[in-house]
Formats: sequence, C-alpha cells, structure tokens
Amino acid sequence: MTEKMHPIAPNPPRKALLLHRQMQRVWSDLPGWRGAVCSVNHSTIGLRFMATSFLFFAIGGVLAMLIRAQLATRDGAFLDTQLYNQIFTMHGSIMMFLFAIPMLEGLSMWLLPKILGSRDMAFPRLGALGYWCYLFGGLIILSSLLFGVAPDGGWFMYVPLSGKTYTPGINADVWLLGVTFVEISAVAAAVEIIVTILRLRAAGMALTRMPLMGWYMLGTAAMMLVGFPPLILGSILLELERAFDWPFFDILRGGDPLLWQHLFWLFGHPEVYIIFLPAAGVLSTIIPVFARTRIMGYGAIVAAIVGLVFLSFGLWVHHMFTVGIPHMALAFFSAASALVAVPTSVQIFAWIGTMWAGRVELRLPMLHVIGFFVTFVMGGLTGVMVAMVPFNWQAHDTHFVVAHLHYVLVGGFVFPMMAGITYWMPMISGRFRVRALGEAAFWLIFLGFHGTFFVMHLTGLLGMPRRIDRYPDNPEWEWLNLVSSIGGMVMSVGFALFVLDIAMQWLFGRRSHRNPWKANTLDWAMALPAPPYNFSSLPSPGRDDATAILPLARGEGLLPGAPRPRREVLVTDAGTGRPDHVAVVPGNTALPIWTAAALGSFFLLMLAGLYVVTPLAIAAILWAGWRWGGFMGSRADAPDIPVAPGLSLPEHWQVRQTLAYSGTVTLLVADGTLYASLLFGVAFLTVIAPNWPAPDSGLGLGALLTAGAALLAMALATLAARLAETWRATPSGMGAALAGVLAAGLALVLLGGLAMLLDDPRRHARDALRAVLLGYAVFHAVVALMLGLRSLCDARQGRTSHQRRGAAPVWQLFQAFWLATSALSLGVVALQEIG
Amino acid sequence: MLIGSGLITALVLTLAGLAIWRGPRPSDERRWIIWWGLGFSMSVLAVLLAFALWTGERMIARDDGALQVQAEAQQWGWRFTQPGPGGPVVTEGVLYVPAGQPFDIVLTSRDVIHSFWVPQLGGKMDAIPGHRNVHRLMADAPGTHEGLCAEFCGIGHAAMRFEVVVYDPADPPPFVSAESLP
Repeated sequence: MTEKMHPIAPNPPRKALLLHRQMQRVWSDLPGWRGAVCSVNHSTIGLRFMATSFLFFAIGGVLAMLIRAQLATRDGAFLDTQLYNQIFTMHGSIMMFLFAIPMLEGLSMWLLPKILGSRDMAFPRLGALGYWCYLFGGLIILSSLLFGVAPDGGWFMYVPLSGKTYTPGINADVWLLGVTFVEISAVAAAVEIIVTILRLRAAGMALTRMPLMGWYMLGTAAMMLVGFPPLILGSILLELERAFDWPFFDILRGGDPLLWQHLFWLFGHPEVYIIFLPAAGVLSTIIPVFARTRIMGYGAIVAAIVGLVFLSFGLWVHHMFTVGIPHMALAFFSAASALVAVPTSVQIFAWIGTMWAGRVELRLPMLHVIGFFVTFVMGGLTGVMVAMVPFNWQAHDTHFVVAHLHYVLVGGFVFPMMAGITYWMPMISGRFRVRALGEAAFWLIFLGFHGTFFVMHLTGLLGMPRRIDRYPDNPEWEWLNLVSSIGGMVMSVGFALFVLDIAMQWLFGRRSHRNPWKANTLDWAMALPAPPYNFSSLPSPGRDDATAILPLARGEGLLPGAPRPRREVLVTDAGTGRPDHVAVVPGNTALPIWTAAALGSFFLLMLAGLYVVTPLAIAAILWAGWRWGGFMGSRADAPDIPVAPGLSLPEHWQVRQTLAYSGTVTLLVADGTLYASLLFGVAFLTVIAPNWPAPDSGLGLGALLTAGAALLAMALATLAARLAETWRATPSGMGAALAGVLAAGLALVLLGGLAMLLDDPRRHARDALRAVLLGYAVFHAVVALMLGLRSLCDARQGRTSHQRRGAAPVWQLFQAFWLATSALSLGVVALQEIG
Repeated sequence: MLIGSGLITALVLTLAGLAIWRGPRPSDERRWIIWWGLGFSMSVLAVLLAFALWTGERMIARDDGALQVQAEAQQWGWRFTQPGPGGPVVTEGVLYVPAGQPFDIVLTSRDVIHSFWVPQLGGKMDAIPGHRNVHRLMADAPGTHEGLCAEFCGIGHAAMRFEVVVYDPADPPPFVSAESLP
C-alpha cells in the first residue's frame, strides 16, 4: 500500500533539543496538584489506570488470602459465613471489573499512540473521564466492604437471590450501581481505542500492515463495545426492580430469573476474550523481539482475532448448561465452545513457529511468556473439557471450575501482563531493572500458582462445590485445601517481590539507553522515558519503525514541533492511512473530573435511595455535558496547515469526517447493542416466561395518537437537523436549527405525556418493559435536544460557515438514531397489542 | 479425557520448549499454522465433540415411563416426593430411589435458584423458580450417597445437603415403591 502513496518529502532537520522544549511547553501536564486533577495526556492517564488497577489487584489478592485462610482447615472459624460470602463476591468482582479491564484499558491508552505513531488518543478528555469514573466507582464498591455491606451474592449476581426479597440490604445495589459507574469507563475506552486505531495511525500505515497489537486491541474494543451493553442493561433492569419494584425477574408477574443469566453471560463470556486478546497482543509483540525474528503468520493471526471476536458471542449459553435447555441447543453451544479453541490454537502454534525460527533470548519478559505457555495451555484444555456437556454437568460449580478459570485468567492475562510490564518498564521509567529480583518474583509466582490451583482440579473432582465456607463432613478435601492455601501464600510473596522489583527499578535502576531490547516497532522510536508528546514529528510513509528515531526527533517527519500553541495530531484515512486532516485535541482541563463527580453524585443518590433529589444530579450532569461542547468549533476559517513540503491539510473543524463524528458512530453501535438487548428481553419474556399473557392494557387510541405525534415531531427535527447543515452558510441555517430544537422539545413533551398514559409498570413485566422503552426514548430526546441546542449556538455565535459545520452532523446522527429506535419501540408495542 | 488432555499439554509444551531452547532452524509457516494450528486442533475437537454428544444423548431424560420423583428446593433444604404403596410419600432431606433402573427427577424451587447434585451419581441440574427441569440419573447398586446444592443460594448454602438412599428394588423400604407416581 505504501508504494502506491505519493512519497512525502522530509521536512528540513532542526535541533532536536529545541523541538523537544517547544513540544514540552504544549504537551506537559500542569505542575503540582493541578496536574493531578487536570491531566488528560494518554501517557499519564494510561499509567494511572495501570497503577490503580494494580492497587485493586493487591486488594483482591488480600481477599483471596482470606478465603484461603478460611478453607485451609475444614472447620475454618476465621470468618463467619456472611463475611465469607461478601469476600468471595468481592474477590471476583474486583479482579474482573477493577483489575483486569482497567489494566488492559490503561495499557492500550498508554501504548497505542506510541506503537501506531501518534501523539495522543483520539479523545483525551474521554480517557480522563473514564479514569475518574473508574476510580470513584471503585472506591464506592470498596468502601462497602469497610461498612460491612459489600455485595454477597456471588460475582454473577444471580436473581432471585440478588433481588429485593432475598437481599434486602444495599449490598446488591452497591454492585449494580458501582459496576455500572465503572463500566462507563469501559465503553468510553472502547470508543476511544477504536477511533484511535482506525484514524490516528501513522501516515501510510495501512490496516493490513499495522503492528499486531493494533489488531488485537481493535478486536478487544469491538468486543467491549458490544459485550458491555447487555450487562449495563441487565444492571439497569435489576436496579429498577430493586428500587421501584418493576418485575423483570419476578415469575409471579411475568418476569424470569433466566433473563438475568442470558444478559449477564452475553457479556460474561466475551469478557474472557476481552481479557485474553490484549494479553495475546503483548505476546505477539514481544515474542518476535526476543526470538530475533519476525512474527510468523501475520494474516493467520489477524484471521484468528476476527474469528475469536465473532465466536465469543456465540457461546454465552455454555455457562448455563445446567439450567435445563433443549439438548439440540446444548449441542450447538457445545460445538461453538469447542470451536473457539481453534483460533487460540492457531495463535499458539504461530508463536511456537516464531520461536522455532529464531534464537530465543531468555530475558525476564520471556520467563513470563514461558509461564504463560505452561499455565494457559493447561487452562485451555480443561476449558475444552468443561465445554463438553456431560463433563460440565459433573464439574460445573465445583472447585474444578475454580481451578480452570484461574488457569485461564492468570495464564492468559496475568503472566502476559507481567511480561508486558517488564518489557515496557524501561520506556516508563527510563531505567534498567535491578538484577535477579524479577527472576525470584517470577519463580515464586509460578510455583505458588501451580501449587495453589493444580491440586484444586482434584479437589473439584472429589466433589467440593464452590462458595462453601466450611466442610466438616469431608476430611478427604482437607489436605488438598491446605496445599492450595500454602501455595497461595507463596504466590502472594511473589507478587510483593514483583512490586518491589518495579519500585527498585524506578528508584535505583541504571539509566537505560534507547531501545534496550532492539525492537523494531514505533513505540521504541523515542527517547526514554517516553516524553508526553511521543514524537516531535510524526512518522511518514515507509519510515514507521524504530529506526526512524533520529529523523523524527529532528523534525524531519510530518507536522514537526508545536509552532501553534495547541496539541495537534494527524488524522488519517481508516483503511489506507492516507493523511486526511489535522485535529486539535484538548489539553489540560478539570472538566473530566467535574463530569465524573456529577455522575458519581447521581449514583450515590441512587444508592442512598434519595430518588427525589436525583434531578439535581441529572442537572449537574447536563451542565457538565454542555460544557464539553465548548471546546469544539471555531469562529473563523483557517488556512491549511503545512504538514510537509508540498503537503498542507485542513484543520478538523473544516472537514466532515472528524474524530468526533467517527466516535459518535462508534458510540451508537454500543447504544444500538443496548437497545437490541432490550428487544431481546422483550422477546425472551414474551415467549419463555411463565404468567403470560399479561393483563389487558389500558393503552388506547389516545396513547397511539400521542406516540404518533411524537414520532412525527422527531422526524421533523431530523429533517431540520439536516437542513441546518445544508444551509449552514446562510441565515436560514439558524432558522432550521431553531425549528429542529423546537420539534425535538415538542417530541420530548409528548413522550412525557405518553408516560402518563402507560399502565402501572409494577403490574406486569410487559408494562415494566414498555416503561423502559419509553425511558430509552426520553433519554435520547434529552441528548438530541442538547446537540440541537449546541448547533443553534454554533449558528448564533458564527461558528458555522461554508467550511465549518459545527455540531450539526453529530446532531443528525443522534436524531436519526432516536427516530429509528422510537419507531421500532412503537412497532413492538403495537405488535403486542394486536397479537 | 484426563489422559488425553495430559498428552496434548505435554506435546504442546515440548514443542514450545524445543522452540525456545534449540537454536534457530527453518520454520515453515504452512506447517505450523495449517497442520498444527488448524488440522491438529480441529481433529481433536471433532472426536471429543462426537463423544460428548453421544454420551449426552444417552443421559438425556425422555418420556419412556421411567420412575419419576420430585425435588422441591428452598432456602435451605430439599423436599422429595416419591411413589409409595399408598400414594406419594414426602420426605425431608432424604431421597429414596431403586438401584439398577433409570429415574427422572423433577426439579422446582420455592425461592431462589438451587442446583441438585449427587456427585457419585452424575451430573447436576438447576432448580429454578418458575421452571420445571427434568434430570435423568441411575444408581447401579444399593447404598447411600451424599447430595448437595451446587448453586450459591445464600447464607445456608454450604449446609444445604441431602441424602440419597438407593435400595434394592426387590426389597424396598416399607413406605416407598418403585412404581411411577400415577
């Protein structure tokens, strides 16, 4: 692909140090406490994510040690049952939601712009917002443990046990609200990662030859985008049931507890691959470096990634083999579950083939890679065993499954992550590590891990179920458990040493020279430790590997230095990597933390049950949301920016396909998945749940007319949004925007009127689902209205011209989405009424 | 299956070990990706899957007039209903079944999700409120087996045990019979 592109002439070389100082002035975080609050730079935020997730990992580890202490003897009197239930629930929830996901988000935020040749992520403020949501949500979840009201229903929160009847306290609410708050950061990260990979790659870096890490993270982010919405929907429905008695899961009123399981595992299974893919990306990146060769089978690996992404959504039911589903369905999902082993096996043999071709240097990261091989291959094979239905009936919910999932997660995530951290540490700290400490840590973790979990397979086969706190009548399980507990302690010591190793490297390590591993990817084409701007000038076509380090630092690449005092990045075409325009990304601002605080106040008020006060929090969120738009747009047309001799590109407010536009499309995919999950819920309950059909509804012609009028108003607003863009250079543009805002407002009022006509949602699941469909439309009404107001503001303040479109394109997208989903909802309700 | 898994693990790890500790040598992409990555994994999986489906089909409950017993779970105990000479007999925490013949157990729950499991007799099945699951089991010889709840169900989960008494069909305890419920 590179060959077809016009060669881009280099910029004249300049003094690297002067360029560095110029860049530093624009890209640095603020000093002191203001830096702590206002930083949005991808390196800072990525490192914060990783450090925070490691703290949560330590907390989750301490909880695991408490569990092992309790189970070491059969009459463990160390914890009472209630506390034990809270502890194992929190161990699972923390490791999944507060360690693994944020860790991979942090790694990709920190690494992607470096390895793809850019200066920042596509939406720096969104990354910072995600971090604060993660931190605040994590603290809410954690504090519940201190107050003794932590979730205690198991990390998958099955209803009815987690419903109001059987968990009357706020324990379950902490989980539902806290995790949903944290998941804002996952969806934000998914959007950011996808747009960054597709649009911020180095010039000329076609998709077909980007570093494999890019493909892995693209697959991961796609799964996050589609995997998290079902969980978020499930949490919203369960919280609505707990708070307002809307019966989605109550069999007496047309709900079904199995709906929760479907929504949870629709997320829960892809989750396993969401965690595995970034780890595999690390392996595909560092194995060829230490084997001193190229990765084998680039195309096959990309195909394997794509295959995994699709297959992982076809096998959620395999967590539900014991709920009583037809054998044909069991056979289908069993086959799909086994099939998912094929892409994994392709990757494993590609790695072995790569090492076969090269001379492997057994440096510390490679030790962790070996730890991965041993652990993960065993975990994968027990996984295939668990996928077989007859064996699953036997092993399900025993310690065999506990052993299996720890082999997969520690083997498939923790070891590769430790390999990655030890590999990239010189770039983070700018130093070499201290000798021998890392090796000792590895061996303690490795031996401790297998000591804990290998025998646990046997414990499970001997029939010990999960989640029991004592087993007085089963002395035969006791010695196995004792071995596991001792292994666990050894592993903890190993992790403590691992942290010590990192700290020692930071404090006492010798200064590292550039590119210490002699890698050839772009992330090493910069000084160590990595500067906040990554590259003084951006890689040009054909010069996107680590050898470009000096020309890039001297400003010979694209868009050199920071002649304008603002953060500029190069946006390229998604497929070919052809340079498209120059985007200005936001610098230091406190807006993300304020927005996260506003969101947090909403979640806390919900948690406290102060529903009457929540409108205040919603107003704060809207205010913060409005402020986000202030950065976007410009009051004057600007000349094209010189990027290289003979190449000048427009600023981003003068093109239509901006990063924000791509981001909105991506976000709407997640939004659409949430809506599709909701429709799945409607269909599932209608067909499967007992106590249907629902009682006669009170909806009549009045409701139909109101809904029809609302749809008409939405359609008018959609048309007006379009005209507002078409006529943007004339005064009629403002008129169209005003008309659109009024029509959207009218639609909102009509939707409010419709709410008055609905049946009581507490009566039956059907009525509750209708209320949710309406609530979904109202939510989008508010967003569309905000965007409409922003477009109107653009027109009034002269932020539009023939070249500048303002917020109108994004407004149109949202407006059309709102119209389409609302029309679909009306169709569904009409079908229910007729049928 | 355990032995097979062990062999595959050993094989893969040996290959990885050879790749790491022996010097560089020509490495054919086709051989690794197509033969090992696709061919090897898919043939192992196909055999395994066919075996599993065959076993699963044999274990599935079907309507062939087998003895039926009922189990109703609640926090935290089991109530069983089995046929007796004078009509259904209800027992708490003990299930009586005949040896040597398959029987179906009909599972329901009064409150949250529980799961019926007797490790020595075979697989488990959930008891879900609002649903009626049928699970087929068979005990070969008379004796007593311990059963437990295998789905986390709250504070009393660990203690939610029960007993299965397998009797000789020729000599049943006086209050039960091996005939199906009417």
